[in-house]
Amino acid sequence: MEHTGEQHHPIRVYLVVWGLLFLLSAMSYLVDYFGVHPKELAWFLITAFALLKAGLIVSYFMHVRFERLSLVYAILLPPLLILALTAFVMAEGGYVFDVRAIFFGR
Amino acid sequence: MAQQIESPEDRARTWPRWLRDLVADWASDQQTFKVNWGKAMMWIFLISDMFVFGSFLSAYAAARLSATLPWPDPAKVFALHIGEAEVPLLLIAIMTFVLISSSGTMAIAVKYGYERNRAKAALFLTLTALLGLTFVGMQAFEWTKLIHEGFRPWTNPMGAPQFGSSFFMITGFHGLHVTAGVIYLATVASQVLRGAYEKTGYQRVEIAGLYWHFVDLVWVFIFAFFYLF
Repeated sequence: MEHTGEQHHPIRVYLVVWGLLFLLSAMSYLVDYFGVHPKELAWFLITAFALLKAGLIVSYFMHVRFERLSLVYAILLPPLLILALTAFVMAEGGYVFDVRAIFFGR
Repeated sequence: MAQQIESPEDRARTWPRWLRDLVADWASDQQTFKVNWGKAMMWIFLISDMFVFGSFLSAYAAARLSATLPWPDPAKVFALHIGEAEVPLLLIAIMTFVLISSSGTMAIAVKYGYERNRAKAALFLTLTALLGLTFVGMQAFEWTKLIHEGFRPWTNPMGAPQFGSSFFMITGFHGLHVTAGVIYLATVASQVLRGAYEKTGYQRVEIAGLYWHFVDLVWVFIFAFFYLF
């Protein structure tokens, strides 16, 4: 398997992951449907379910769990920079909101 | 006299196995990625695509935080009327399940490809493409509905005008990826049926699968952060 680069896994693995993805999607939909309070808890749950789903897709459907570590790091580390970008622009967004509130009113 | 000098290789022998493998793979005169080149290239493309969608979602966060008018509630914007009842986000939930199912059928197609079961691999590839087509169709329906209700990239009747630009940009770009993926999968399916991979091996199916799962992955984040937040 290592030298051909082929991925051989029993079909059960894919069906279980498929089922888990269905379950996690349904749960995040229900969080919204029932309007979980407080809002922060809903955000936390939705983010957690999304990260779990992403982890399942990347690990099993995209086989990253079975790849060599050098490829895994090359794939998973660069996207972390996006978090830095998001943090910066969120701070910026809050600032722009304040400026608009001061100069344009509501 | 010939004092034993500890070479880097000797020192490395005391390292844990995972660290030795990692350093050896990234060291000079080495092939870093021990996968076929097509797979490495697809991953590099997908990483760049992650940055595209990451930037879009960041821009959406900034636009939403800086909006002084209230942000339209997605649960109301995307509600469907079933008889008397208004079900929030129903279409979006169905689209999510359709796309997840297409990822499941794709994974199974890759498996049958490696097992050299051409008929089943092509069948599941076609199924994946059809589910993708269903997804795009529902998205077209959603866009049409919203445009009829007065949603535009610069204005909408329910609040902050930035909602439209974020919505059309993000879902539009994602829909474009799904559309391209459907064409890609249809091509690969016909190649499988023709037996074009019998000599070269079925990595091509797995590489197409990487692309398709990535499209599903992006939808996970759009669904969570755009529709449910």
